[in-house]
Amino acid sequence: MSASAARGQAIRSNLIKIGAVTRFLLRVLGQALPALSRPRLLIEQIYNAGARSLVIIMLCGLFVGMVLGLQGYDLLARFGSESALGVAAALGLIRELGPVLTALLFAGRAGTALASEIGLMRATDQLTAMEMMAVDPVRYVVAPRFLGGFIAMPLLTAIFDCIGIYGTQLIGVVMMRIPTGTFWSQTVNSVELRDIREGVIKSLVFGLACSLIAVYEGYYAEPTAEGVGLATTRTVVTSAVMVLMLDYVLTAAFL
Amino acid sequence: MSDRTEVSSQPPLIDVQDVHYAVGTHSVFSGLNVRVAVGKITAIMGPSGTGKTTLLRLIMGQIVPQSGRISVFGQDVGALKRRELYALRQRVGLLFQNGALLTGMSVFDNVAFPVREHARLPEPVLRKLVLMKLQAVGLRGAAELMPSELSGGMARRVALARAIVMDPEVLLYDEPFVGLDPISKGVILRLIQSLNKTLHITSVLVSHDVQEISAIADHTYLLSSGVVVADGNPAELKQDASAVVHQFMTGAPDGPVPFHYPAADYNAQLLER
Repeated sequence: MSASAARGQAIRSNLIKIGAVTRFLLRVLGQALPALSRPRLLIEQIYNAGARSLVIIMLCGLFVGMVLGLQGYDLLARFGSESALGVAAALGLIRELGPVLTALLFAGRAGTALASEIGLMRATDQLTAMEMMAVDPVRYVVAPRFLGGFIAMPLLTAIFDCIGIYGTQLIGVVMMRIPTGTFWSQTVNSVELRDIREGVIKSLVFGLACSLIAVYEGYYAEPTAEGVGLATTRTVVTSAVMVLMLDYVLTAAFL
Repeated sequence: MSDRTEVSSQPPLIDVQDVHYAVGTHSVFSGLNVRVAVGKITAIMGPSGTGKTTLLRLIMGQIVPQSGRISVFGQDVGALKRRELYALRQRVGLLFQNGALLTGMSVFDNVAFPVREHARLPEPVLRKLVLMKLQAVGLRGAAELMPSELSGGMARRVALARAIVMDPEVLLYDEPFVGLDPISKGVILRLIQSLNKTLHITSVLVSHDVQEISAIADHTYLLSSGVVVADGNPAELKQDASAVVHQFMTGAPDGPVPFHYPAADYNAQLLER
């Protein structure tokens, strides 16, 4: 096969995959309303994707904020603008680091759990059993998990941002002795609603992408141990690449 | 072969007519004919890999044949829309080989699952219904256990309770005896029989356990190479003179179904450098 033919083949198969994922998304969205009418299932999934990711999100948020504090203080001190540390960290976290890092952590923690859970249900005939009992697995299994992830992501991002800013404050105020009033007043005055809107929109888009990739990979996993493993790996890799690509597109659109 | 199948004057409940089905280039069925009579226990037997489970998937409309017709309750399964297919599946129970219990919920919730999805029953009524079904399979005491705490035989009995909870008209059993100890086998055998006799559930068993099937089946189809090679009641099959039937019924290791997978000449392969 010539190089151009191989390239054409690769583009074609990628387009087919994008088409399949889009159709799957439409099918899931079509079942979103029935899923919303079962709050118990949905709350369970928000708990699974959200609450169970809290510890890792908070821990990472704290350390990212503290690193931002150290690096930011060092950088700003060169220009004599240490007092702007709070602003720099808050904007960086709210607009960029918060949504992106939360999404990457979400893909690693909740995304893999979703993909492997659904993949294992496929491998052990549980999804087929539902179909045979005239229960649509997309409605009962996929839609609540997708919605749970989609709802959990902005909440986790908000928590990551808050803990991150607290981490920066620990370094800036407690360690480096920036006056508390200066730190917080500058931060509050400089962060605008549009910054928060950018962060929220990013986290919603990432939430949709990461949740969709996880449930898609799980649902169409090969029904074998190896297939479930591969689906889990693909979930992390595809989610990470998609998050970073989408982040570039969204950042360019917001600037 | 199926032409001589006239076990009932009523129209068959499941009618598989001249079905051809292939996966890629591998042909699974090439002109399969099977008829399941109302209220009877029909067995589908055959060596491993003859597509017995595939036949169940075709009957349930999970896959569609390339040609031929499968009708269940007089409806062409291949032509049904998803909604119609789901309506039909509510009248048919399927017992999976491994039980396929939902691992995230208890035995009770597993059995209650189809009812909760399809009917709005008050919780006390649902509870009584589920306990009655669990009592029927002897596992009322295990209602609060999780599927991971059950033995293989118990899991299959729970799956059986789940399959009958919607009071289906037909029950399809996929290899119900595989991997069970003799006691569990006996229990499942008795359950299949009693469900058929007391609830008048038409039963289709896919299996290769000659002894068990011979004990309970009203009519048996023997599949090989994608077609029905023999059918009749167990006594008739035992009398069948054809080599394929004889090999299967007696469990002879070699015969029309060869012991060796097709391979190059043995000596030539050993001596080649």
